[in-house]
Amino acid sequence: MPQVNMTVNGKPASGDVEGRTLLVEFLRDSLNLTGTHVGCDTSQCGACVVHVNGKAVKACTMFAAEAEGTEVLTIEGVAAPDGTLDPVQDAFHQHHGLQCGFCTPGMVMSAKALLAENPKPTEAEVRDYLEGNICRCTGYHNIVKAIMAASGQDVETIAAE
Amino acid sequence: MYAFDIERPTTLADAVKLLAASDEHQALGGGQTLIPTLKQRLAMPETLVSLTAIDELKGICQDDAGRICIGAATTHDEVVKGAGDYPGLAALAGQIGDPAVRNRGTIGGSLANNDPSACYPAAALGSGATIVTNKREIAADDYFQGMFTTALDEGEIITEVKFPVPQKAAYMKFEQPASRFALVGAFVAQYADGVRVAITGASEEGVFRWSEAEAALGANFSPDAIEDLTLSGDGMIADLHGSGDYRANLVAVMTKRAVAAAG
Amino acid sequence: MPKDGGIGASSKRREDARFLTGIGNYTDDINLHGQAYVHFLRSDVAHGKINGIDTSTAESMPGVIRIFTGKDFETAGSIPCGWQVTDRFGEVMKEPRHPILAEGKVRHVGDPIAAIVAETREQARDAAEAIELDIEDLPAVIDMKAALEDGSTKVHDDLSDNLCFDWGFVEENKQAVDDAIKSAAHVTTLELVNNRLVPNAMEPRVAVGDFNRGTGEHTLYTTSQNPHVIRLLMGAFVLNIPEHKLRVVAPDVGGGFGSKIYHYAEEAFCTYAARELNRPVKWTCTRSEAFLSDAQARDHVTKIELALDADNNFTAVRTETYANMGAYLSTFAPSIPTWLHGTLMAGNYKTPLVYVNVKAVFTNTVPVDAYRGAGRPEATYQLERVIDKAARELGVDPIALRRQNFITEFPYATPVAVEYDSGDFNRLMDKLEANADFDGFAARRAENEKTGKLRGLGINCFIEACGIAPSHLVGQLGARAGLYESATVRVNATGGITVMTGSHSHGQGHETVFPQVVADMIGIDESMIEIEHGDTANTPMGMGTYGSRSIAVGGSAMVRATEKIINKARKIAAHLMEAAEADIELKDGQFTVAGTDKSVAWGDVTLAAYVPHNYPLEDIEPGLEETAFYDPNNFTYPAGAYACEVEVDPETGRVTIERFTTADDFGNVVNPMIVDGQVHGGLAQGIGQALLENCSYDENGQLLSASYMDYAMPRADDMPFFTVDHSNGTPCAHNPLGVKGCGEAGAIGSCPTVINAVVDAVQSGGINLDHIDMPVTPGRVWQAIQSAK
Repeated sequence: MPQVNMTVNGKPASGDVEGRTLLVEFLRDSLNLTGTHVGCDTSQCGACVVHVNGKAVKACTMFAAEAEGTEVLTIEGVAAPDGTLDPVQDAFHQHHGLQCGFCTPGMVMSAKALLAENPKPTEAEVRDYLEGNICRCTGYHNIVKAIMAASGQDVETIAAE
Repeated sequence: MYAFDIERPTTLADAVKLLAASDEHQALGGGQTLIPTLKQRLAMPETLVSLTAIDELKGICQDDAGRICIGAATTHDEVVKGAGDYPGLAALAGQIGDPAVRNRGTIGGSLANNDPSACYPAAALGSGATIVTNKREIAADDYFQGMFTTALDEGEIITEVKFPVPQKAAYMKFEQPASRFALVGAFVAQYADGVRVAITGASEEGVFRWSEAEAALGANFSPDAIEDLTLSGDGMIADLHGSGDYRANLVAVMTKRAVAAAG
Repeated sequence: MPKDGGIGASSKRREDARFLTGIGNYTDDINLHGQAYVHFLRSDVAHGKINGIDTSTAESMPGVIRIFTGKDFETAGSIPCGWQVTDRFGEVMKEPRHPILAEGKVRHVGDPIAAIVAETREQARDAAEAIELDIEDLPAVIDMKAALEDGSTKVHDDLSDNLCFDWGFVEENKQAVDDAIKSAAHVTTLELVNNRLVPNAMEPRVAVGDFNRGTGEHTLYTTSQNPHVIRLLMGAFVLNIPEHKLRVVAPDVGGGFGSKIYHYAEEAFCTYAARELNRPVKWTCTRSEAFLSDAQARDHVTKIELALDADNNFTAVRTETYANMGAYLSTFAPSIPTWLHGTLMAGNYKTPLVYVNVKAVFTNTVPVDAYRGAGRPEATYQLERVIDKAARELGVDPIALRRQNFITEFPYATPVAVEYDSGDFNRLMDKLEANADFDGFAARRAENEKTGKLRGLGINCFIEACGIAPSHLVGQLGARAGLYESATVRVNATGGITVMTGSHSHGQGHETVFPQVVADMIGIDESMIEIEHGDTANTPMGMGTYGSRSIAVGGSAMVRATEKIINKARKIAAHLMEAAEADIELKDGQFTVAGTDKSVAWGDVTLAAYVPHNYPLEDIEPGLEETAFYDPNNFTYPAGAYACEVEVDPETGRVTIERFTTADDFGNVVNPMIVDGQVHGGLAQGIGQALLENCSYDENGQLLSASYMDYAMPRADDMPFFTVDHSNGTPCAHNPLGVKGCGEAGAIGSCPTVINAVVDAVQSGGINLDHIDMPVTPGRVWQAIQSAK
């Protein structure tokens, strides 16, 4: 089997993969980075979103071989090494932006990608950006709120609770 | 997925050679459609030839004729950000899939696949684009030949797509609520020599030009000009998400709205 | 002032830390040394006779360890049904065998035929393709009414027909209801469909079976809402494994919504195969497979009649419902359209006479069972739609008509056998009217009309019954299980506490909320309390989490166990301070002798319990650990009033939710932040059912909405920000916390609210549309408008 080499969460990672090995399988099965989840097989739910060279991609819709030489960031690499949560993670915590937690890694990775591109998104921009991330628990209310809060916007005025 | 090998050539010539080597070799663009297909075991290639490592297939430029030329391996997101000289096209690219899909999916892959509900075929046909391959140039009017069918030969690779820039253009997409593909999408472009209207999502024949609307809009580029135009639901896709009549109605509504949006 | 801890505080969730950093432990994250993988070969036809299964080629394929078929499980038990309904005529329901792998026939697309165990997933799948099936197509039975016609093909050859049961409730009232409808001043009739759904928890199901040859212990790791129930059903009824040799672990579970209550064949298979093959066996469901194998939901076809007198008082309700069971009876399927549906048909109203008829039908479709709300959304939907239609027919204000008929005195015994213990529906409606800004609606509608859009306002009231209980009553109704909950409170020597609960959290936040209660009772910090759940090896037998029962039933069990702890701790404290037990007070984690300054701290008492040097050993045992089983004496009855404003684009039929406002009564609330989240999620699921989600089969039983490409899951841009309120709770009268369930309310109350709003919007355009079935997809709305024009 051919070998693939990449940098994952700042550390070199390599392993033998088949052609059909998906990036998400390489992360979960070879690197034991099980924070990246698989929730569908049609590339829609977004539970598997990671960053490849700074771009949000669905790790279930990319072959591991295609990640050769790239920098991959997964949910495990988001918090600071001392465990301090990233502002997006912290906002999800503060605003109850997660329940069962299964979609959460993908949501956080998508939210980070959004804020990198658009530091102060409107509500509509956040909702639009999350088109490829499905959550069954939260009704998205607190996810959208958390992302807006992470961008430094005042969310206290958002619909009364 | 069935087992296969992946090759990642870095030059077009190598890619062409690899694809020519066997009928069982298949091109892989961004994979956003092909990979889900492979997961369902609906395709059984021996080797996938990835086109995403070929720099010469990437990027956006303008040619001497003023056309926007997009390399086949250019992602949707790169078109959103890099096709500012053709705002209607950039806006269309921004409506494809979701952000993560737009970071992988490519224009060449989309056009080679020619999904009847995809957005790019509407832009290519509605702009009278030229599809450039490793062998030849194909006019959009000749390229699209029905659902998932194109003028491409076996082993032929799209290398570039050249879009003449219109005076005005807009795309109105009515999304299928589940897949978020176009239930109906209408791309309208006004050129000096006439108006083109391309419709995706609606027809069992794939993307098509709505010639009655083109004629009416050529005379008067305003929503009023097509107010009374209707289409038959015959030959329109009918499924869980809408009847043929409903899609025919959406074609008219979305075209009007596209004209209004183009200004 | 919001509290910063204990009951009533919006404590932040401690679960978040692991979920936000990717170090949760979901079942698919578990990989055991030497594990093999199973792939299930599933039927691609809805109905067929199995003439032969040839596995010979497949068995010799690379990596294949063994291939199992139905023959391997002929002596295994049937996947059991946990509820036996008795019909109108006193006969028990028909209960066909539900094999682990198909025996003789396949009965729905997705019915498992063979299980291929191999070294890798892909090898198992490769081998599945090499299995030669000889299956003779039989006509598929899909439409429920057609299924009941004479001569219809039978889903189960050994049954007399496709009718599972014909249930009447309250049967003794039937004649009186018929008479009341005949003599009514006005009768409003509505026929409607409650659309079939696919639950779609984001985590697909997973099962990992393991067997320890040394001890003979089986372990099943599974995505379950109730590991003890799985252990009981699978051990006792399917595989004949005694509970002390079977451990079921449900670790972090990524949502359930009902679909992970049931015992599924794949769980039994992995447990069995691990022993047979002497190696761990893992199954990970793909999403596509989940569409064909997870229990589906709803699927009722109903005719409802509402009778009113000349003063618009409701005098009777009569319903006739066809309820789809699918091809087999899933664990709690028969209870959903009966006891969880019929008992709610009085709603919030003092209608004196109610008769509910339900015909449960077998079809060649995936089994149907509970999904968030389970029977109560179906009841609320039909009742609140018919009331809205009646108001329109009578030309009266829909809110006034509801208020006029509200139950206002509690406790209230309904004509459908339940007793509402508390509530105040007018106060909820007052709150709704204030928060939803009904006064501003006309202006908002006028604004929409300027752009050719139609705006509608829909309202809805509901009451539901959750925390299903008590056991002796549900036993009489056919439940084959008790519906208590358990908790063991283990106080450690230095004062920290571990609570082992039979409830199971799969998103609800028990690990945060349950400690708030114990912390309040003792007066210590929440961080001193840890919750353990999900492992039958270290939690007392409990019934798990579904039906909005965790805090009301599981929380109450924990309160009872904590009370026992406090009682014992007071005895120890009395001994330590040489005072009378009656004089000992507990406040803020300090035991004090009343009227003195003598006190000992919580930690001193707990240490004494485990280091009993100075201890009343003659009176009490050392240690501080207590267990309680709590069996409530009634359901809890949350209620609510909801309002929704929609915008309808008449050119495209697209419906947009513009505003959604709720006023709920959940009794006392332990953690408002989490309750808000539960309501948000329920609303999205109800709005999803109303607008988007449609599990649809063609006439051959092929699932048309078999992936997210065609089954529309609610996305962020389908939803508005919600305005939710639960400040007007009337405490539950019979549980120690005064709490009512909050998990399902949003899903129960939202569907009729949305549809009432859509009908109102379309009517405002001068189009006489009485009703439109869910989901109100753009295509359907456009078609309905064309037809009504």
